[in-house]
Amino acid sequence: MDAGTALTGAPTGAPRATTPGWPFAFRQFRFWLTDYRRTWRGSIYSSLLNPLLFLSAMGLGLGSMIDKHGTARLGGVSYLVFLAPGLLAATAMQTGVGEATYPVFGSVKWNKTYQAASATPLRPADIFHGHLLFVTMRLAMNCGMFLAVAAALGAVSSPMVLLALPVAVLTGLAFVAPIEAWAVTRTTDTSFAMIFRFGLIPLFLFSGIFFPITQLPVWLRPVAYATPLWHGVALCRALALGTATPGASLLHVVYLLAVAAAGVFAGQRTYRRRLYV
Amino acid sequence: MSERVAGRALPLRVLPVTALAGATRALGGGGGRHLIERHARVYRRTWLVLASGVAEPLFYLFSIGIGIGKLVGSVKVGGATVPYTTFVAPALLATSSMNGAIFDSTFNVFFRLKYAKLYDAVLATPMRSGDVALGEIGWALIRGALYACAFLVVMLAMGLLRSPWSAAALPAALLTGFAFAAAGMAATTFMRSWQDFEYVTLVSVPLFLFSATFYPLSVYPRAVQILVQCTPLYQAVALMRGLVLGAGGPALLWHVAYLLIMGAAGLYVAGRRVSRLLLT
Amino acid sequence: MPDDSPLIRARGLVKRFGTFTAVDGIDFELRRGEAFGFLGPNGAGKSSTMRMIGCVSPPTAGELTILGLDSVRDGAAIRARLGVVPQEDTLDVELTVRENLYVYGRYFGLPRAVISERAAALLDFVQLADRAGDQVEPLSGGMKRRLTIARSLINAPDILLLDEPTTGLDPQARHVVWDRLFRLKRQGVTLVLTTHYMDEAEQLCDRLVVMDGGRIAAQGTPRGLIGEYSTPEVLELRFDPADHDAAADKLTAVPATRREVLADRILLYVPDGDATLAQVRALGLDPLTSLVRRSTLEDVFLRLTGRQLGE
Repeated sequence: MDAGTALTGAPTGAPRATTPGWPFAFRQFRFWLTDYRRTWRGSIYSSLLNPLLFLSAMGLGLGSMIDKHGTARLGGVSYLVFLAPGLLAATAMQTGVGEATYPVFGSVKWNKTYQAASATPLRPADIFHGHLLFVTMRLAMNCGMFLAVAAALGAVSSPMVLLALPVAVLTGLAFVAPIEAWAVTRTTDTSFAMIFRFGLIPLFLFSGIFFPITQLPVWLRPVAYATPLWHGVALCRALALGTATPGASLLHVVYLLAVAAAGVFAGQRTYRRRLYV
Repeated sequence: MSERVAGRALPLRVLPVTALAGATRALGGGGGRHLIERHARVYRRTWLVLASGVAEPLFYLFSIGIGIGKLVGSVKVGGATVPYTTFVAPALLATSSMNGAIFDSTFNVFFRLKYAKLYDAVLATPMRSGDVALGEIGWALIRGALYACAFLVVMLAMGLLRSPWSAAALPAALLTGFAFAAAGMAATTFMRSWQDFEYVTLVSVPLFLFSATFYPLSVYPRAVQILVQCTPLYQAVALMRGLVLGAGGPALLWHVAYLLIMGAAGLYVAGRRVSRLLLT
Repeated sequence: MPDDSPLIRARGLVKRFGTFTAVDGIDFELRRGEAFGFLGPNGAGKSSTMRMIGCVSPPTAGELTILGLDSVRDGAAIRARLGVVPQEDTLDVELTVRENLYVYGRYFGLPRAVISERAAALLDFVQLADRAGDQVEPLSGGMKRRLTIARSLINAPDILLLDEPTTGLDPQARHVVWDRLFRLKRQGVTLVLTTHYMDEAEQLCDRLVVMDGGRIAAQGTPRGLIGEYSTPEVLELRFDPADHDAAADKLTAVPATRREVLADRILLYVPDGDATLAQVRALGLDPLTSLVRRSTLEDVFLRLTGRQLGE
């Protein structure tokens, strides 16, 4: 065979399955996994270190002053134990939003790997689902590592806290799916800074992570109730402290699922609109 | 000599060459002020993004005022007992000066250095690498001054400024910004890819959390106290808290000296490294 | 400055990056009003030389004087009088077209009023006046190149350095750029350019050096180089692929200064192409096509730097 045929590639067999669907999304997932292989070391490091730093500074350091002043407002538990499940949900939000903004935007705008993928049999929805799979994996990893650190610092009171892990992942997805659906439509990245500044930071500070939501002014509480983060924090904390009730838990889960599903629905459309122009 | 194109004289030979050369030589690289002018022009279009940076430390302040402050109660500092919010506010000001300066001098500078190739264009003109370092740090300071002023106004309104020495809080915020911007820019010249920015977080987050920002140094064992006292943000926090609460005295000058030396060293390294990176 | 002194003078100029020698001891001189070209394949050392002339790359060894000043010691003063069009556009994408000129002029410390006046004239000159308020990003490659040229003229430079000014542009855009450069040359601006386009070099340059492997392989005027390194004419013959090799053997009987047998053509470098073609036919050879053309710089270039990829 001379070089000419090698380059043009005479057909060597039947083409691989071309029915779109989850096997295709899995191919996109494998792409992200390969990409992640270059950087996982650094990310594991910060996934372990950040919980360690936050829990010891706020939970132990600040906590030592709060515990001395009285923990009645916290329901009688130490500040560290109060704080840990909230920070777990916040970690999921932060990891998720991080993955749903710049990497997605970069894939259409900077590296154009999404355009490359859409020139293959992969449909926009497969590309979207593939990334969601990857982010789900990252969420599970980061939340798992958070729980390991929290347990090591004595911030965990019962094994029931393991139930908080899937809840945290779901909380993350309730942010990832809608934000990703929006991020893929952006033409500049300036609005991401705004999402962090006016979305993530207020949510982080006012969603009942650092203090009970009952301390918020009355008019502000409904706002907190409407945010997915509060639902994640409330359910994670209830599971961790063993105070969860079936009714409230179901409500939180349904709310988070609904937000995530709406995001997936929107994303399937925005991905298609952006990639098939 | 000047050719008429579309009715306008082409300005190629409008000035005698020697006069022009003399003028530009006298002006030199402008010490970076032309770079500042460039940034101001860019942000004129996105001033809302710029201005919204004011919000970040305020969110923290309100969260502490509404929530955490009630959980902690009061704090003993320098013999006096103050409400927790009063205790934390000056530390938040110092921290936000650090964060703003680091962000400007790392992410933004790295982007301009490696992607926008801004400095390649700048260094083709009479500007020198030292002017680039001065310009970037100067810009970070201007932006920092804006945020610090806004934060101080809120502190004043909330009654969190306890001493007449609070008047020196703005210069102290600028000094903090200078020290971290210079160090951040020096560090940026060693970065190879965005991956290396993990290290920026790796340094700034522990500084933010452990520099006696949220609780007094006395919470720590003695050995840790000494370690924390050696770190730059602690110096800035102690300076700011001393001024605002009026609990400092002449010892505050040590903090000033620390931050000045740090900034000067950063500036020196940054200027040298920009030369090494771009003038190859 | 007296007009007979060289504007740029290089003696034994060397640039090394670690163990790699990009420029290996070159000498050249440039006079006011000249258009001077560095020709060479990729990696020949052209851009390194240009960066040294632009005073953004200190020479490893040798001597480089520009406008009578030392390139290392007086870098800033020299740069004040240079215009630079780098190989890759370094336009400021966060600014508009007009602002690019304005801010760049400020880097030179020029007064605002002077810049405003010049910017307007320069935008006319490069035919971008109607895009003055637009962002840079959506401009075409040719427009960006023209804007870069306008920007490089904002300080009314004595010398304009152009590193591959038309690489990557479409034919229309190249001709517009050439036209503008030609006008500048007529106004007495000294041009220094690198290129690997022979037509560009022939169009624009009064004098050329051909660089290869960091050294100067030849220098002279375009005509002079052709006279020295090639024959007046070239006969290009194409045969049926089946007869190609046999024809090549037979053609050795035809006198030629140089012959090249390529995969698809046979080239004979001769003083008179038509006469040689008659000799070829007299041998009983019947090429599918034949072309008699004048030698070009490309022939000189390929002769001096070879047909193999240099990289």
